[in-house]
Formats: sequence, C-alpha cells, structure tokens
Amino acid sequence: MATNVEKMERDVRSDALPLVELWHKAAANRAAVSKLAVYPGLVLIFLVFALTLEDRGFLTSVNLLNIASQAAPIAIMAVGAVFVLSAGEIDLSIGSVVALSALAAASILQDYGLVLGVAAGLGVGLGVGLINGLLVTRLRVPSFLVTLAMMQIALGLSRMVHDLQSVAVTDQTFLRWFGGGQIGDLSGMVVWALAIGVIGFVFYGYTRFGAHVRAIGDSRRAAATGGINVNRVRVATFVISGMTAALAGVLTAGQLQAAQYTLGANDLFAVIAAVIIGGTSLFGGRGSIVGALMGALLLAILNNGLILYGLSAAEQSVALGLIILVAVVIGLREQKD
Amino acid sequence: MAAQESPNGGGAAGVASAPVLRLEGMHKHFGGVVALNDVSLELRAAEVTAIVGDNGAGKSTLMKIIAGVHQPDEGQIWVGDEQVTFADPRKSRAHGIEVVYQDLALVENQPVFMNMFLGRELRNRVGLLDKRGMKAATQQILSELDIRVHSPSMTVRNLSGGQRQGIAIGRATHWAKQVILMDEPTAALGVQETAKVERTIMRLRERGLSVLIVSHDLDQVFRVADRVYVLRRGRMVGERRIAETDGDQVVAMITGLDRSGAREDAR
Repeated sequence: MATNVEKMERDVRSDALPLVELWHKAAANRAAVSKLAVYPGLVLIFLVFALTLEDRGFLTSVNLLNIASQAAPIAIMAVGAVFVLSAGEIDLSIGSVVALSALAAASILQDYGLVLGVAAGLGVGLGVGLINGLLVTRLRVPSFLVTLAMMQIALGLSRMVHDLQSVAVTDQTFLRWFGGGQIGDLSGMVVWALAIGVIGFVFYGYTRFGAHVRAIGDSRRAAATGGINVNRVRVATFVISGMTAALAGVLTAGQLQAAQYTLGANDLFAVIAAVIIGGTSLFGGRGSIVGALMGALLLAILNNGLILYGLSAAEQSVALGLIILVAVVIGLREQKD
Repeated sequence: MAAQESPNGGGAAGVASAPVLRLEGMHKHFGGVVALNDVSLELRAAEVTAIVGDNGAGKSTLMKIIAGVHQPDEGQIWVGDEQVTFADPRKSRAHGIEVVYQDLALVENQPVFMNMFLGRELRNRVGLLDKRGMKAATQQILSELDIRVHSPSMTVRNLSGGQRQGIAIGRATHWAKQVILMDEPTAALGVQETAKVERTIMRLRERGLSVLIVSHDLDQVFRVADRVYVLRRGRMVGERRIAETDGDQVVAMITGLDRSGAREDAR
C-alpha cells in the first residue's frame, strides 16, 4: 500500500504543472493591478490637466500646493479608512466626526486653552470610534448600520452645540500648529498628512496589529483560530478611524480659523472613493496606505482641474461622481477574482 | 474492501511508548443530545491514529475537545504525566497540540509565510514584523515536508487545494511539539493531492509527532494509520491495530452490524 502512495506521488511530480504555475503568476499579477491602477491614473490626469489647463495656472506652484492642502484632510481620514475597510468593516460616521470634533476643539479652546481644546477634539473621535466599535462587536450589528446611525447622531449634535453658528478660532499657537502654519512653502496640513501617512504605512504593513487587521478582514474565523483577539482589533480599527477623522476636523478648524457644522459634509464620499481607488478592497483583507494617499491626491487634482475648467459646483459634483464611479468599477472588477 | 497490511506494521507499532496525550472518560452533551459518553483514547509519539465513525458518532466533538474548542462535561485529559484542562484553543496549543481544520483556517489574501505565523508573527528588535525570518522559516518547513510552493511570498489565493492543505499542515507541523489533529485532511482533494498529503502525514510520523486524523475514507485510514478508534453514537466501540484488523471488521464496528447483518450488540 505504501508503494501505492509513492506511485501516486510520482504521478504528481511527473506533470510539473507548468501551465498551472503560469496561470497562478498571471492571477497574482492581476491582483496587483488593482493596487497599482491609481498611479497611471494619477499621471494621466495630471498630464491632461497640465496640457489643457496650463494657461489657467494649473501648473503654478501656488496651485499645486493648494491641491496638496486640499488633499491633506481627506488623506488623513483615508489612512483610518484603510484600517476599517481592511478589517471588513465600514465607518460612515467620519464626515460628521469632522464637524463635531472641530466644534468641540474650537469651543473648548476659547475657554480652556490649547491642550484641552485639542484633547476635546480628538476625544470626540476616540469616543465615537469606541462606541461604534463596541456596538458592532458586542451587539453584533453590522458596522454599516451602526455608523450610519452614528453619522446622524454626530451631525445632529454638531448642529446643536452652537445652534448652527460657527465658532471662530483665534488662539495663535493653535493656528500655527494645527492646520494654519507653514513649513517652507508646504502648509502644516500637508505635513500632518505626510506624518499620518508614514505612521499608518508602518502600522498597516509592518506590525502585528496591521497583519491582524488584514487577517480579520480576510477570514474572521481563521484569525480567531490563530489566536488573534478579533473583537479587540475590530474596535481598534473604529477608534483609529474616529481619531483620524477627529484630527482632520481639528486641523480643518485651524486651517479655516473657524469651526462649523457643515465641515466634513462631503468628506465621507471622498474618503471612501480615495481608498477604493487606491486599491483597498471593499470586502476586507487587502489594502494600501500609499494607494489611499495617492487616491486622495487624485481626487484633489480632479477637483482642482474641474474648477479651473470653469465648471459650477453642481457640475463638478456630477462630473466627480461619474469619474469616481468609473474608477471604482474598474477597481472592483480587478479585486474580484 | 480486502484486508490490507499497514505500511508500518512493524515500525513504531512494536515500541510501546508512553502516551503523549490521554483522554479518560470523556462525557459531553449538547442540550439533551449526548455527543460523547465515556470515551477514552491514547495517542502515542511517532504514531498515526485514526478516528472513524458514522456522521454524528462524536468524532468532531472529540476533536474539538482536544483542540480546546469544547470543554468536556466530565473526564480527564493528560499530556504526558500532567493532568490538564483546555479552557480554550490557546491552552491546547500551549501544550504542543496543533489542529489542521477542515476549512484550513488560512487567510487568502496574505502570503504563505504570514499564514504560517498567523497570530504568532515574529518581530524584530524594533518590534516590527520580521518578514525575512518568517520567510526563511517557512521555506525550511516547506522543504522539509516537500510541500511545493513557488515561494513563501506567494499569496494563498493563488495556490491549489493541495498546496493549501500543505500550508495548513506545514503550519501545524512548525508549531506542534506533540500532537497534530487533522479533520478530514483530504476530503476536498483529488487523487494526486491526496497521495501527497498522505505522504506528508508519513513524514510527520517519522519526525516523531503523534498524528490524529478523522477520516471518512477507510481506504485512507488503512493506508496511513497505525491504530484506529471506532466511535458509534457517542461511545467508543473499539480500538484496533491496523495490522491486526481488516475493513470488514471496522465497518461492522462502525455500523454495529456483524458480517451477516445482525446486530452485534442489542442495546
């Protein structure tokens, strides 16, 4: 009988399966394509705008730095969204958290100073993220529903806190450090985004935590079998997402020198689009921090170009929606096997 | 099925080593259903043991108790000379017991080496993932077990069923110090891949590990196992050395019918 096993074994070796291997390589490359698609897209759109909008100042350094500043808050939130999506969840509350954290920071700042102001702003993100995570894991409600509800709640709260009024930010130290300052020609906002990008990149790709996030999004059961504390990691991803949204809110308040309930209203769409375009799977298990940053940049370039073309805000919205629909469809086609 | 010689009729069978894992008087019920009733078994080093039985006989429950997924209502578990309780899968693993689940518990979008170290990733001095170290260790275990994968960096989703099974077994082998449990290790595989996995099981025995397989495939049990336990409706109805039994006898034990078709035990 042992000889039988050996004989079958030999059969396996005899056809070394070159075709199969070739197929596997092709499949592997195809999966990689969705992660890389954002780069040629970025170059292409940049070139088109550079050629067609040159006379309207697209290529001026002021405009390019402006694009980077526009991309920055979306990029910061996108880093958080990569963690949440990779874990197989979604966080729809980030746009509302931007407004609520900006208002919290701006109002506390006035009376209690810089440290408490910033802490209040970030605390909003921590709190919302924690509540999201605990509701999703303890009550086993899908994150889509939990964060949809949280989006409404946070939005309502941000309308209530100052009765729809905006709050001015005048603390000079705050403005210098959070969103208002400059390092050389770069706005502080961009420096913050780069810093968060680097931290996110390292945590996502090179720590056990990042590996566990991806494993959970891939197969919760396999992750649990491997001894990973699945629910703790899931909660952590919501906290990360809430905190990045809160940071974006605090920085936006600094950038605009004011906080208002309308901040972040369009951010959810932009963040999800940036992350998906950047090659992160909507179904969990796979993602790219650098891709998400590039996705945010791509959206900012598109937005800028469409303004320079002279489109109205309404027309921009339609054009942007269509372009992103196409980009996401391409991305999703490649993500499915 | 004709009587067959075990390939290892002589080998490990002659040596009566102390059991590495011993279960005594296992009782387990789920609600009103008795899944296990006074079940005992012993696993020895460098031996392949099989559990067979009809659906609902209690095989999976027994496996899950050893894996730490279920806790017995009654009974004792001994690892060597030490009495233990497996409150959760981590406890079981801490005693050198690894499980190859039927669904393999792999994460598809991760490379082979990350699967090998899933939940137990190596870190370098600054606390980041030691990818180089994990790749090297993966390469080594794959070569040792002759599991052919292009590279430890290949993504699992691009591997064949047999290769995936190989990775899951390789992972268990890397971490197991004593016992590897395999739940239907070849149920999803073709003939050639099955042969490959069976060959790997032989290698595990050569390395001195105790292998426990649950299998529906009696031919397979007779090909790879040294001993077989038969479960029927939650009871252990018998234990046989493969070299000293045949398929008819085992089938009779599984079904509870003797060879003429009459009930063996009127209970």
